[in-house]
Amino acid sequence: MEKDLSLELQAQVTAASEQDTPLRIIGGDSKAFYGGELIGEALSVAGHRGIVSYEPSELVVTVRSGTPLKDLERVLAAQGQMLPFEPPHYGDGATIGGTIACGFSGPRRPFAGAARDFVLGCKVLTGKGDIVSFGGQVMKNVAGYDVARLMTGALGTLGVLLEISLKVLPMPEQEVTLSMPLSTTEALDVMCARAVKPLPLTAASYDGEVVCLRLSGAPSALKAAQKKIAGEVLDYGEQYWREVREQEYYFFQSTLPLWRLSLAPATLPLPLQGQWFFDWGGAQRWLASDMMPADIRDAVAAEGGHATLFRNKHYYEGIAYADVFHPLSKPVNKIHQKLKTVFDPKNILNRDRFVIF
Amino acid sequence: MSQKKLLASLKSILPSHCVLSTEEELRPYECDGLSAYRQIPKLVLLPETVDQVQQVMRLCYAEKLPVVARGAGTGLSGGALPLADGVILSLAKFNQILDVDYANRIARVEPGVRNLAISEAVGRLGLYYAPDPSSQIACTIGGNVAENSGGVHCLKYGLTVHNIAQIKVVTAEGELITIGGSGLDAPGYDLLALLTGSEGMLGIIVEVTVKLIPKPDFVQVLLAAFDDIEKAATAVGDIIAQGVIPAGLEMMDNPAIRAAEAFVHAGYPVDAAAILLCELDGGSEEELSEQVDTVSNILYQAQASQVRVAEDAQQRATFWQGRKAAFPAVGRISPDYYCMDGTIPRKQLPAVLKRISELSKEYGLAVANVFHAGDGNLHPLILYDANIPGELERTEQFGGQILEACVGAGGSITGEHGVGVEKIDQMCVQFQPLELEYFHAIKDAFDEHGLLNPGKAVPTLHRCAELGAMHVHKGQLPFPELERF
Ligand SMILES: Cc1cc2nc3c(=O)[nH]c(=O)nc-3n(C[C@H](O)[C@H](O)[C@H](O)COP(=O)(O)OP(=O)(O)OC[C@H]3O[C@@H](n4cnc5c(N)ncnc54)[C@H](O)[C@@H]3O)c2cc1C
Repeated sequence: MEKDLSLELQAQVTAASEQDTPLRIIGGDSKAFYGGELIGEALSVAGHRGIVSYEPSELVVTVRSGTPLKDLERVLAAQGQMLPFEPPHYGDGATIGGTIACGFSGPRRPFAGAARDFVLGCKVLTGKGDIVSFGGQVMKNVAGYDVARLMTGALGTLGVLLEISLKVLPMPEQEVTLSMPLSTTEALDVMCARAVKPLPLTAASYDGEVVCLRLSGAPSALKAAQKKIAGEVLDYGEQYWREVREQEYYFFQSTLPLWRLSLAPATLPLPLQGQWFFDWGGAQRWLASDMMPADIRDAVAAEGGHATLFRNKHYYEGIAYADVFHPLSKPVNKIHQKLKTVFDPKNILNRDRFVIF
Repeated sequence: MSQKKLLASLKSILPSHCVLSTEEELRPYECDGLSAYRQIPKLVLLPETVDQVQQVMRLCYAEKLPVVARGAGTGLSGGALPLADGVILSLAKFNQILDVDYANRIARVEPGVRNLAISEAVGRLGLYYAPDPSSQIACTIGGNVAENSGGVHCLKYGLTVHNIAQIKVVTAEGELITIGGSGLDAPGYDLLALLTGSEGMLGIIVEVTVKLIPKPDFVQVLLAAFDDIEKAATAVGDIIAQGVIPAGLEMMDNPAIRAAEAFVHAGYPVDAAAILLCELDGGSEEELSEQVDTVSNILYQAQASQVRVAEDAQQRATFWQGRKAAFPAVGRISPDYYCMDGTIPRKQLPAVLKRISELSKEYGLAVANVFHAGDGNLHPLILYDANIPGELERTEQFGGQILEACVGAGGSITGEHGVGVEKIDQMCVQFQPLELEYFHAIKDAFDEHGLLNPGKAVPTLHRCAELGAMHVHKGQLPFPELERF
């Protein structure tokens, strides 16, 4: 079902721009929970799909944004390759465009890199109706500003992603997950202590009781690593990491607001009430809590981090500082406004979905 | 403001030894590593504190005085080339490592800290900063961020953009902003990526938080010789296709091998048409020796005439020494050389190398190739003599054609050295006018008066039109809105 809808999408955006009609960009609609309000007429990108080029020996794939993430992953897997940032799907229909627009990365992130680290280039349809390409299909490219990475995680507010070129990597030969019951401070210590050593570590989490460390690589490498670090082999390791990535793990079943705290990994446990889940070796902390947003944000900011109200934002209706995204400093906010004006001067794309300018 | 008044204002901000104004003082700043371009700046300023940088920027903003930031001046694209009516803002005095945070694997450093100084400072902790440009003993981390510099180890461990967590930047208006954060991401747009590689056009970097990674326990280096450069180029693709990601995979052709051998006596096979240097690392001896076997087999299958595996750390260092010294080595055999920096998809290596050698014959100018083969990042060094009238111009033309060949092969005009003044015309080939317009608009968003390194990196549409070096897109004539001359 390959189809290039660039021109149709361009016509829709151009018309919307002329008429000042806000557009809500939709891929698979699997991440509608994320970000600010959903405003505007639907602009469906799901039909704009297909792999434009894929050369396994180049480690590069170029794909239309509406391509289902699972289709792309299947094509890569058939060649023994993968998206190294282990993106969460959060639903069956997830598209690669939505994934890159949200900039989500899975458990492998601290050890392999984030979605943005693997974006080599993109073709975008800006709010002005222009189709422009930035970056490319090569590993290294410093010609012009890095707009492709700027688009990653911008939630479509700077442009509709049309095509994305991504660096891919070989899948590891083998993986093993080691687990160990520990207290929170011990768990943070262990995760950080492992990460400063040259181990084939590809994930590290703590669910409040048990630390799980995933090792990936050649069997000989795993054998050597297992001699160096303690822990019991977890039989259902693969399932565990999938559940963590997809937020299907029992921790994520809470109906309380789900906060995502981004912090330096060794940050001591914060004195905030709620249930905690530590991923990314401590750098991404999930907090299910109904504490006041301002209190959460202050505690995180004091440690140089930021907090995102990831799910269940409506819980806080009418309460101050309950924006989804952490507030920006004034001068940085000004730069955001100006960049938004460059790419979408009439603010038609995903209005109010991202940081509040 | 008169020069006299300007000097007085500056000296009220900076100690007088930090304001350079005589011809003798200014001369050392007239060029960067691309010495074919020279220009004496109006003044050179060497602030010592962030507050001074802010004050200087406010003054320059008020006076509409262009500002060119400068690190160590090792850039190869004229990024730090002064402007006659502008000041050079040198970050040389910001040379302190502020903080090493072992548990979080980061170091906070001032922008004038040399790249290698970071790895040296954290080496005892078993950590290092991965991007390692060949110029690492001299170049600064601020310059690295401004150019998104790479190095031998970037194939596996990424470029500058992948290895920094936060920067502090003084804006054109003199405001201090923090971009990125202490965690692995920050709210809002990815300004960290946007600023990385922005060639001093969007802000002055006054602090960088770099990521540190553990040094591998086991490392091995292979040297493979080939009697045909295309075979070597094919072997590069074969290694990657087999699922091996070496820590480094570099190639040198015969002229580069000879020059390096004569310079550092690395024991290179001087009769080989090309050599590949392949570094592998791993967590155990067993894993590493498996990798060495795999790669050796691939190399032999690709018809390597010889594969040497370093016997010890000493020999590994020797293998690398020739590569690391290749640029100065070529400098010894030719009065001048011009270093190009195109990138291409790996599979295009044989074809593009062939094209370069054809062009070399056409222009009657020799070329030595020494480059990051695993990344498809070419560094053809064109040998010339600036004292022969017209030879520099021909060299530049030749270089331009190489870059256009790279774009034609699906690549880019620059992988790591930046556009600067050098490749500004080739930007017209790689980008459409509309895309260039967006670049200009981004610049305006940060620097409305165009005071930060103006005229570099992004050509005006007019310049592209005049040049006639046209990006032909889907058969449409570019720049229909502009007059033709
Ligand atoms: C022998 C040799 C080998 C080299 N090898 C490599 C290599 O392997 N890989 C590679 O990537 N490069 C290489 N280079 C190029 C060069 O070393 C890099 O581009 C380096 O990052 C430049 O750093 P610098 O401190 O010298 O910056 P400069 O040359 O002083 O400046 C470079 C650019 O950065 C801007 N800039 C500098 N500091 C700041 C700041 N604090 N804030 C804002 N803008 C700033 C300048 O305005 C300019 O545009 C090599 C150069 C030489 C001479």
